[in-house]
Amino acid sequence: MSDTTTAYQAPTKVGRIAEYVDQRTGLSTVTREFGRKVFPDHWSFMFGEVALYSFIILLLSGTFLTFFFNPSMAETTYDGAYIPMRGMDMSVAYQSSLHISFEVRGGLFMRQLHHWAALLFVAAMSVHMLRVFFTGAFRKPREMNWVIGGVLLIMGMAAGFTGYSLPDDLLSGNGLRIIDGVIMAIPVIGTWISMFLFGGEFPGDAIIGRLYVLHILLIPAMILGLVALHLIFVVVHKHTQYPGPGRNDRNVVGYPLGPVYAAKAGGFFFIVFGVLAAIAAAFTINPIWNYGPYDPSPVSAGTQPDWYIGWVDGALRLMPGVLGDINGYRQHFEFVLFGQTLSLNILLPALVPAGIVFTVLFIYPWVERWITKDDREHHVLDRPRNAPTRTAIGMAGFTFYCVMWAAASSDLIATHFHVSLNDVTYWLRALFFVGPIIAFVVTKRIALGLQRKDREIALHGRETGRIVRLPHGEFIEVHAPLDEYKRYRLVAFDSPGVLPAQPNGKGVVDRKERRRAKLSKWYFEDRVAPVSVAELEAAHGHGHHEAIEAAPTSAGH
Amino acid sequence: MKALSQKRRHPLAVVALLVMGLLLTGLLYAVATSANKAKADTGFSASDVSEGQKLFVANCATCHGMGAQGSASGPSLVGVGAAAVDFQVGTGRMPMQMQGPQAQRKPEQFNEDQTRQLAAYVASLGAGPSLPDQAMLDGQGDATHGGELFRVNCAMCHNAAAAGGALTRGKFAPSLAGVSAQHIYEAMETGPQNMPVFSDANISPEGKRDIITYLQTIEKQGSPGGADLGGLGPVSEGLFMWVAGLGIIIAFTIWLTSRTS
Repeated sequence: MSDTTTAYQAPTKVGRIAEYVDQRTGLSTVTREFGRKVFPDHWSFMFGEVALYSFIILLLSGTFLTFFFNPSMAETTYDGAYIPMRGMDMSVAYQSSLHISFEVRGGLFMRQLHHWAALLFVAAMSVHMLRVFFTGAFRKPREMNWVIGGVLLIMGMAAGFTGYSLPDDLLSGNGLRIIDGVIMAIPVIGTWISMFLFGGEFPGDAIIGRLYVLHILLIPAMILGLVALHLIFVVVHKHTQYPGPGRNDRNVVGYPLGPVYAAKAGGFFFIVFGVLAAIAAAFTINPIWNYGPYDPSPVSAGTQPDWYIGWVDGALRLMPGVLGDINGYRQHFEFVLFGQTLSLNILLPALVPAGIVFTVLFIYPWVERWITKDDREHHVLDRPRNAPTRTAIGMAGFTFYCVMWAAASSDLIATHFHVSLNDVTYWLRALFFVGPIIAFVVTKRIALGLQRKDREIALHGRETGRIVRLPHGEFIEVHAPLDEYKRYRLVAFDSPGVLPAQPNGKGVVDRKERRRAKLSKWYFEDRVAPVSVAELEAAHGHGHHEAIEAAPTSAGH
Repeated sequence: MKALSQKRRHPLAVVALLVMGLLLTGLLYAVATSANKAKADTGFSASDVSEGQKLFVANCATCHGMGAQGSASGPSLVGVGAAAVDFQVGTGRMPMQMQGPQAQRKPEQFNEDQTRQLAAYVASLGAGPSLPDQAMLDGQGDATHGGELFRVNCAMCHNAAAAGGALTRGKFAPSLAGVSAQHIYEAMETGPQNMPVFSDANISPEGKRDIITYLQTIEKQGSPGGADLGGLGPVSEGLFMWVAGLGIIIAFTIWLTSRTS
């Protein structure tokens, strides 16, 4: 500020305070910048927000719980308010969880709020990722943010699992026992890792304290950092938008953050909070008093992990323990090699499906980019039907996940649908392999069919259901023409075709390029091309429809 | 004694010894197991037995045989005792609705008197577990101990919240909600369908009383945290969040974005 210009003097007291703050923080510049940031409006864009709000609720309710939770595995005798547990020997961790549930004012509500929010947190992240995948929002420049999202999902699962294990009830102990089994199945170092993690033989007296530190410190800190990075990238990249008239890869059509989205997002936080609070107040989650303190001997029926770990548990349930009788001996999936036991019956289901899902998830943006050789930035989303092969791959992966997910509740499927547990397992084992293929083929056909329908509507208008008989006896159905805005959505989209093998700099088509070309063919061979301008003109040019449309209405009057 | 020692090399001495040994073993076994076995029921009158026999012949003999000796389609009922009959008939499982992996519960076909008469008849065929002592059914035992016994012995099939669970090939452990104390006791004692027998040597009558006390306590107290979603654990919780929770949230997102665009 030079002396010649008189500094701005706010007329009101609030104004002067605001001015004082602004001169020292420069917030108005930031607000101007962010406040004018435009975001497009669509309900499917709000799942990331739901995940963020659930996470904030998790931090708040979790902080409350830490005031009363004691992660010690020391033994104590319960003498609290819950009658059917009085006089029972248990760990201090379990006792303090019961204390939170029955004696701390609002404690049970907070515990339930925390747990329900955790379920919603991972669910919202998953739906958000599905939305991003099926609309192609992971394409350049957002590949890195897609990976950050994937890591956040894994972190969410880790946060959930460590939290699930803390109350030291029977259910959480059973979950830990399964994890211990998986760890010990790792060749050579498995047993050592297990001993290291549990501080000795399972269950030991260290694991709850260790998981507690991970759960309340390391994992939330990592999630917080990744969320910050994720959001910075959203601001840097700008938000994607659905295709529509006037929307392209160089603009964002929507409303500014301030005041529209600031108000909407602020209000939406309280809606999410309210919904979760209502659920937490009215519905029990994880009734630890039913399960009792952890004891390695009993395993209750209906022992399942929370939903987001379910698919891994399901894979374990699907894996057969034996190969069958070969040469008169029962052959197991467990071998002894060089004095080391190789438990493929645990190792395969625990690691391979999860490995496949996450590997494909992480590398997919680069795979598609390599196949299409598409180096452009994409800010306009694809409608899922307009990328049939990608949508089909997504549905195949989703089905793969869902089969394992369903397998985790095979016992409940059996009891509630009155079928044999064994049959449920056999069917799901078959679907584990066949399901994704069926889903791929069916989805691709549906997508292509929808594209053909779009094409038909763009060219000939919407079917009105009005049947008209022409003077010479022919019957036709009258089609109503589409307005331009609606037609735009049906005709203006990217539709990459097969990209044949290209020679490289030296004029040689190498093997890698040939492989790419083969994949490109597999991707884009079945293609419904968008309606071209010429086709559109031809369809509307012959004036046939307009004449018919006018005739019967005038006759009717 | 001299006569005995002279005959000890008699060819039949071995046989006599064998018979004596077997008798002794049998006797000891009978004494040892009688602690566990209910004596033949005495509370039934002769008319109960004869009325029961009529009912049995008319309703049960098709599968269990005219003398309850069993047939290809139903097991022998000699020695199953009054407790088994009271459970199976009293919960409507018998007469069986249809052949299947296990007998399904259905509205009882016989009233209390008829059930008693059937029990009297079957009890008269051979000693078996009798109707439980009413003092063990009062629900005044130790709920904490009962809970521990329940989790160790019962929860693997019936679920920690007694909500039931699946067994192999269409068999299942039913939910215990609303099952009377007497039927729970009889089930432990007789091991109906696919349930193992928890004899008095395994779980003492007092232990059974504690289990019943625990089940009645958790049933009476209800769910402290709100609706229990069937007590099925994380699956119903996850399903609820995906369907109801996310459904409501999506409805709100559509509402929030519907005013514009």
